[in-house]
Amino acid sequence: MELSPVSRITRSMEPILEISGLTKTYAGGFTALQGVDLTINKGEIFALLGPNGAGKTTLIGAVCGLVRPSSGTIRAFGEDMTHGWRALRARIGLVPQELATDMFETVLHSVNYSRGLFGLAPDAARIEEILRALSLWDKRKSQIRALSGGMKRRVLIAKALAHEPDLLFLDEPTAGVDVELRRDMWAQIAQLRDRGTTIILTTHYIEEAEEMADRVGIIQAGSIRMVEDTRSLMKRLGRTEAHIGLPVPLPAIPAALADYNLTLADDGLELVYRGGDGSGGGKAQVAQLTKDLVANGIDYTAIDIRESSLEDIFVDLLEGAAA
Amino acid sequence: MIAFNARSTWTIYKREVMRALRTAMQSILGPVLTTVLYFVVFGAAIGSKMDSGMAGVNYGAFIVPGLLLLTLLSESTSNGSFGIYMPRFTGAIYELLSAPVGVAETLIGFVGAAATKSLILAAIILTTATFFVDYTVAHPFYALGFILLVSASFSLFGFILGIWADSFEKLGIVPVLFIVPLTFLGGTFYSIDLLPEPWRSVAMANPVVYLVNGLRWCFYGSSDFPIGLSLGMTLGFLALCISFIAWIFRTGWRLRA
Ligand SMILES: Nc1ncnc2c1ncn2[C@@H]1O[C@H](COP(=O)(O)OP(=O)(O)O)[C@@H](O)[C@H]1O
Ligand SMILES: [Mg+2]
Repeated sequence: MELSPVSRITRSMEPILEISGLTKTYAGGFTALQGVDLTINKGEIFALLGPNGAGKTTLIGAVCGLVRPSSGTIRAFGEDMTHGWRALRARIGLVPQELATDMFETVLHSVNYSRGLFGLAPDAARIEEILRALSLWDKRKSQIRALSGGMKRRVLIAKALAHEPDLLFLDEPTAGVDVELRRDMWAQIAQLRDRGTTIILTTHYIEEAEEMADRVGIIQAGSIRMVEDTRSLMKRLGRTEAHIGLPVPLPAIPAALADYNLTLADDGLELVYRGGDGSGGGKAQVAQLTKDLVANGIDYTAIDIRESSLEDIFVDLLEGAAA
Repeated sequence: MIAFNARSTWTIYKREVMRALRTAMQSILGPVLTTVLYFVVFGAAIGSKMDSGMAGVNYGAFIVPGLLLLTLLSESTSNGSFGIYMPRFTGAIYELLSAPVGVAETLIGFVGAAATKSLILAAIILTTATFFVDYTVAHPFYALGFILLVSASFSLFGFILGIWADSFEKLGIVPVLFIVPLTFLGGTFYSIDLLPEPWRSVAMANPVVYLVNGLRWCFYGSSDFPIGLSLGMTLGFLALCISFIAWIFRTGWRLRA
């Protein structure tokens, strides 16, 4: 994305969004959010991670005015949303999960409309910049219905950016977008953050959160289970797993290797190591283990090391919560 | 804090009017053609064979206000309803709901555009009518004001309909089931003084009777009721629609989950 350079706003602990005790019970009686407390800091990319139906879209809707909260408070930019909604909403952008817009409009009309709707004077240069950045400039005169799915989603992003929001919600921005385009989109989102926009995105793809989020929040059944720095989360819960293939079966784990967290396969032909903290400690221990194997006269034919992803952590967490 | 977002209002209004122009064939040509057919059949053909006029004018001229109203009521209702129903149906309403706009901006934008479309229609119909019947307008300013009032009221009514409806069927049924019959029975083609009792009393319960007569007064200076009654009824209806829409926005009924 070739947006004009704007000084990189460093992440601060200054809250831009403070949600407390947010509950939403839908008309049918279903409670989609139960007492959500969440604080988003200025300048960060926050990934809200959770399975289908966890309440991600409901949470976004409550902040953006699509869903009426049953109870709780939402403060944005330090002000209560119920009182200052008019001025506050002008600073918030939303890219919805569904591709919903007037498909018969042209891209340029649609994006200009969004800017005006949010109360800003027309600015052809700014709109051109946004459309170019999202590779939509050549398509500006096309009706939206004639565009591909990935382009339609970028049109919705352009519409949300048209009023230059300080806080941007992206509800599953890469759902249904193929792998290559997904990487493009990540780069575009990262550049938005570099321009100082605070970004809250929801996703199914853990890789997405791991790749680009500064912090991750895990939501399940309407409750936030955990909020943590992506890096420290990986460090705390990350695991290294090494599978070591043996040419001759071992009857048991040798006493000399008792300090390692090892298990031996039933046929005695594979040693499995689990440990580490996701920050490289596990790999170092595996390197040491290989030396100890050689020192103890144990030969090996293959070593397969893998780091568990946020995905595994997520599954573990949810299983733990269910148990 | 800004209490009213003029730029947002203008943006909504402009887009809705443009959307109407995009479908001008359907939204303008259709109703105009229908009305012209009425003028040809009832005004020029049948009207010329009728000796006694009503309201002291020939029959062709007598039906002009009623026919205009027939078109205005059904078109304002459907324009008002489609404008808000479509984004609800496609999900595009998310943008409006997340924007810094409230009930005033939304109403002036959407309903203003629907009413504008109705006014354009009225102008075309009245111009076209001069080719088929001879008519005069006794009180042009009252006529303009009354047409404006009726267009706004029924665009508002349509707006409510567009928020209430949860299917295209419901959206289409109200104009067909209520507006058109009430207008036909409301004295479009006749003076309700011609009706025998008890039908005259029954007809007086039809609100459209007061609208038709109000407009007829603007055209010919005489009608079945005093103009004040017609105006009062129209203003009452307008106030009712506005209060209901204000309530919709306060509670989020059918707009916000
Ligand atoms: N308008 C609604 N009325 C009733 N229930 C709803 C409504 N919208 C969502 N829900 C329910 O609330 C729960 C959370 O939905 P949602 O916020 O869309 O989850 P997510 O975005 O995490 O997939 C789901 O069980 C969903 O069925
Ligand atoms: Mg969702």
